[in-house]
Amino acid sequence: MIEARALTKRYGSTVAVDGLSFDVQPGSVTGFLGPNGSGKSTTMRMIMGLDFPHAGQARIGGRRYRELRWPLREVGALLEARAFHPGRSARAHLAALAASNGIPASRVDVVLGTVGLHGAGRNSAAGRRAGKFSLGMAQRLGIAAALLGDPGVLVFDEPANGLDPEGIRWIRQLMKSLAAEGRVVFVSSHLISEMANTADRLIVIGAGKLLADTTVAELSAGSASLEDAFLDLTMGSAEFRATAAGRPDDGPPGAPQAGGYPSYPGARRSS
Amino acid sequence: MTAIAVPSGHYRLRHVTRMEWIKLRSLRSTWWTLALSAAAAVGIAVAVGLNTPATSRHEDLTSNLLGGVSAGLLLTGVLGVLMMTSEYASGMIRATLAAVPNRRLMLAAKAAVFGAVALALGEATSFIAFLTGGAALRHGITAPTLSQPGALRAVLLTGVSFCLIGLLGMGLGAIIRHTAAAVAVMVGGVYVAAQAVAAFAHPLLPYLPIPIVANSLSASRPMTHDVPAPLSPWAGLGLLCLYAVVLLAAGGWLLCRRDA
Repeated sequence: MIEARALTKRYGSTVAVDGLSFDVQPGSVTGFLGPNGSGKSTTMRMIMGLDFPHAGQARIGGRRYRELRWPLREVGALLEARAFHPGRSARAHLAALAASNGIPASRVDVVLGTVGLHGAGRNSAAGRRAGKFSLGMAQRLGIAAALLGDPGVLVFDEPANGLDPEGIRWIRQLMKSLAAEGRVVFVSSHLISEMANTADRLIVIGAGKLLADTTVAELSAGSASLEDAFLDLTMGSAEFRATAAGRPDDGPPGAPQAGGYPSYPGARRSS
Repeated sequence: MTAIAVPSGHYRLRHVTRMEWIKLRSLRSTWWTLALSAAAAVGIAVAVGLNTPATSRHEDLTSNLLGGVSAGLLLTGVLGVLMMTSEYASGMIRATLAAVPNRRLMLAAKAAVFGAVALALGEATSFIAFLTGGAALRHGITAPTLSQPGALRAVLLTGVSFCLIGLLGMGLGAIIRHTAAAVAVMVGGVYVAAQAVAAFAHPLLPYLPIPIVANSLSASRPMTHDVPAPLSPWAGLGLLCLYAVVLLAAGGWLLCRRDA
């Protein structure tokens, strides 16, 4: 399991993560939810030993990340879509990572198949320069890298980014089946609807602080919808929250309704 | 924790070295840059051979023929920089450090792999430049041979300089992390600084990387008429090693303390 204890990270005078403590248990998908800029990615990087906390610590199965014996066989992570060199093929990228942790080379083709990057030739998805990948393909390569060592703990930062509806359904089912196999699945999102479909448990943060450590059912119980419950919970902690947050009567006459985001010319809202 | 079993043992230098070797060999740009380094050095050696006048027959022809390596060294040094900075530019560094959280071990493996490749390329380049440049000599000038005093040492140490300048670049890359800035410091510090020092602080010239390669490592006999006198080949080699080690150590120290 993943344990965060009083994790704190500051950038200059800004506190990105503020005394954050939580546990992530195996066997269920745990959503990590918070508005943009609430410290989700920073927390995940600290769990992965990439960023150093100013205080507190994160442990995986009782050990800090840097103490893991075979990191990729214990933890798989997708932290950003393009954590690979653009000139290298997907297959070479995965082969290099496999070699670092003594993972059999045969796993490379297994995970390439799992994520749907097939082919053997130089012009196939797996064989050509990965720099030309669409965001969705890059995301699939990142997921392949996470699955490479068949790890018991999986950490995904916004895995649905750039995936088409079919891809989103696929990643959702993948996460559920990984959890059903008894793995720890910790997945961040700023999209409450995506979490409602995927997660069993929710850890909600705002401005780096823990707001709720609960289940999807519990959180949505007191509100009209899970979205309402989330917005009530994170009210006041979002980094970008327009004054007219969902209330058109607060905005200047004729101004576009901001809906929780700063309004600017040409802004497109997805809902 | 979970039902997923983790095998015994733990990752070691040999695993990380294998990763770095796959990373290096799977980029076509690496091989193009290395080939260009070698071609520049050999091409200049042939040009020097063809254009050596009869009056130069008593000069240190070995050193003259190996003079072209400084162009090749520039590319190898920049490639060393890129070995580190391209990881930051692409985000690969986070995949690398998630696989190998022991950062010192990662840098050691990277330096070992790139150092070995640069050394092999450097030695091959140095020997080929010496032999083809010698074959291109005209005007009845006898080509220098490896059996002449100091010639073999000069050719070997010139080959080593590719490895050391490459590692020096890698150390700079680890310290600076941004490609453009690190390349600028590499070119500025190693090449442009030599010009400035030659103009304003002449006595320091023998201690700079390129004069060490050109006047100490590639010389088959002491350049007695030079003022200030160059370092001896072995002193020059030691100082160049020291530069590479200090920069790599500083890069490793920072790597272990900064967020990736």
